[in-house]
Amino acid sequence: MDFEPIAGTEELKKEFEDFFREVMKDAPPGWENSPEDLETEEGWAFHKKVQREMGKRGWLALAWPKKYGGLGKSIFEQLTYNEVRSYYRAPGWDLQGVGMLAPTLLAMGTEEQREEFLPPIAKGEVIWAQLWSEPEAGSDLANLQTMAVRDGDDYILNGQKVWTTGAHHADWAFALVRTSKELTRSRGLTYLLFDLKSPGVDVRPLPTMSSHSRQVESHFNEVFLDDVRVPLKYRVGEENQGWAITRATMNFERSGLAGFGALRHSLDELIEFCKETKWRGKPLSEDPLVRYRLAEIAVCIEAGQATGRHLLWGQHKVEMGGAPGMGMVPRASSMKYFASELSQRFAYVGSQIMGLYSQLKSQSKWAPMSGRFERAYQAAPGGNMAGGTTEIQKNLVAWTGLELPRA
Amino acid sequence: MNLDFTEEQEMLRTMARDFLQTECPKTLIRELEESDLGYSPELWKKMAELGWQGLAFPEEYGGTEMTFFELALLVEEMGRNILPGPFISTQVCGLTILETGTEEQKKEFLPKVAAGEMILTLALTEPSASWKPEHISVGAVASNEEYVINGTKLFVPDAHVADYLLVVARTKDSSKPEEGITVFLVDAKSPGIQCEPQLTMGLDNKAEVVFKDVKVPKKNILGELDQGWKVVQVAMTKGTALKIAEMSGGCQASLEMANAYVKERVQYGRPIGLFQVIQHYLADAWGKTDRTTNIAWEICWKVDAGVATPFEVATAKAWTNEAYKWVTEKCVQCHGAIGTTRDHDMGLYYRRAKVGELDYGDTDFQMEIVAQELGL
Repeated sequence: MDFEPIAGTEELKKEFEDFFREVMKDAPPGWENSPEDLETEEGWAFHKKVQREMGKRGWLALAWPKKYGGLGKSIFEQLTYNEVRSYYRAPGWDLQGVGMLAPTLLAMGTEEQREEFLPPIAKGEVIWAQLWSEPEAGSDLANLQTMAVRDGDDYILNGQKVWTTGAHHADWAFALVRTSKELTRSRGLTYLLFDLKSPGVDVRPLPTMSSHSRQVESHFNEVFLDDVRVPLKYRVGEENQGWAITRATMNFERSGLAGFGALRHSLDELIEFCKETKWRGKPLSEDPLVRYRLAEIAVCIEAGQATGRHLLWGQHKVEMGGAPGMGMVPRASSMKYFASELSQRFAYVGSQIMGLYSQLKSQSKWAPMSGRFERAYQAAPGGNMAGGTTEIQKNLVAWTGLELPRA
Repeated sequence: MNLDFTEEQEMLRTMARDFLQTECPKTLIRELEESDLGYSPELWKKMAELGWQGLAFPEEYGGTEMTFFELALLVEEMGRNILPGPFISTQVCGLTILETGTEEQKKEFLPKVAAGEMILTLALTEPSASWKPEHISVGAVASNEEYVINGTKLFVPDAHVADYLLVVARTKDSSKPEEGITVFLVDAKSPGIQCEPQLTMGLDNKAEVVFKDVKVPKKNILGELDQGWKVVQVAMTKGTALKIAEMSGGCQASLEMANAYVKERVQYGRPIGLFQVIQHYLADAWGKTDRTTNIAWEICWKVDAGVATPFEVATAKAWTNEAYKWVTEKCVQCHGAIGTTRDHDMGLYYRRAKVGELDYGDTDFQMEIVAQELGL
């Protein structure tokens, strides 16, 4: 075991840093790269612009094979890139396409699917949405009811999906649907890809608690499917075998969600704020409680990053066709909720430090740090649901990491 | 970068685990906790035969020339099994002599350490209970070819069995607290030294050591006169890293013990491990243990490579302090009342988690370093 960065890492890091420092100068005020940030017109335009820039450089697909539009770089370059991009809180890296579907197709897709879908993801041209949850299938995902019925060379889809992040912006979707009434629960599910512009797809907004009449924040959608036709060739894996593939995609998602670099950046900004701000005669940074609370966040980020490196190391092996190593699955689950709870704690710590100011929305001229913690406080619980609730992750760790019995 | 172990490292881990399981059963640990020595000279000798005391020393000083990182993997196994005794104390001092000592000192001390014939310890803390240079009050005054040491050290680990003490003493008053400190290699049998082990939570013999006109030859200065705080920092960095590795191993063993128990223990007609409350305690413990293991490996590798920053060392120790305490607390809880008894092994780990936090700097101490390094 060694942690020595490979030769050339410093130069590469500098190249990434120079790019992101420059490109982030155009970020809208108070930018944190949260799902809410993408919901303003200027936020979305910024996201698209950065995505195109990264796509042009091949940075959305650094470690993929060249034939699918990747750069064929090593895991080390990918790691360096991830850390820098995360620290600069750059948008343009679409979790669902780049972070979830692409690694799934690399590991389990057909050659035709890889050739058709991976290059546009690599170029940042096509944006993907995940259609899994339903009104009666949240944590209990295997209870989903959306049906796909075979009709010649197509499936015909009917049903309703919910909590679909960014479906209103997305071009394509990967969905988990039921293809058998006889096979129960997870045994009768199939993994399909389809164009969201297909006839019969209706995407409606689902605003979160931080929305109000002057600032609608609805990164979430409901998606209604009414006789939507999907060609058979867009099925990933076999019919009724979609659950195992979905589980693999979930693990990629969970590792992708753990963005500690961004949190460290936000922490650095809060530290600067605490050094500069004297509300009661002396800088906030001299308050022992403030110091302790901020140090505690930094400690957790370090522990998260150390484990994140092992997670990526394991994930890379799977992408390259290897078996998931010991601890890879529970680690992805454990890190997902560790990261979301840490973000939540950071939001709460920031709010506590802001005191009375923590309630001000960004529109107020008095709002510190562009009202960041007013938004973060409300957005934080959502992180504990996305990608599977904390409770579901704990179940998975108990079953897969500790081999405890399932009730 | 390669996050897999080498074959040699895997062998070392397996061999150490098997050896300790056989040679250091819990019955022996309990015996040693009650004994005056606190360690087993017989086991110490067997370890020396395996080359453990000289694992990270160069061959010319009787070592086997493996790395500090590999030493940390060994210490992780010691923490997992619990090995009472002066191993970490001796290693910290030995490696500090290797890094800061004169050729003569290295030749005098290291081969004996490697052969298992010399025990060393760092006498740093005092009744002020501080790890900071401004609180070093034990003084050393020059007199001809000697220095004369006076004062009291407290919480000195393994002092009662040590052959030599690395005594941190003030040799000059200075406006900068880290200046004017010198480290002396002091023969523990020197006239004027009184050592009184204190009964501690860890039953690990942290001692009061009183120095009354203790004479030390000038050649026994380790590092430079008045610049000894640098030597202390070398020792503290290595000690902190090894302590983290040891605590990481203990954390893993605690979780495994609780995980096995909840599968066996039946209440309401089913194993308690079937209850979600228990599963979620242990899921949290799994994650904390995983992160502790990972941060421990990384910090030990960085200390080995000489690239660990004060921020990284402090964050790793602060994390490990809190994680090990949290995990052992929950593991006791999963055992129910039996986990709180003296006869149950869980308590061996629960006590060590708290004591491990205190060694080389508790969480409050580390957090303040972190805050300063963050620019606060």
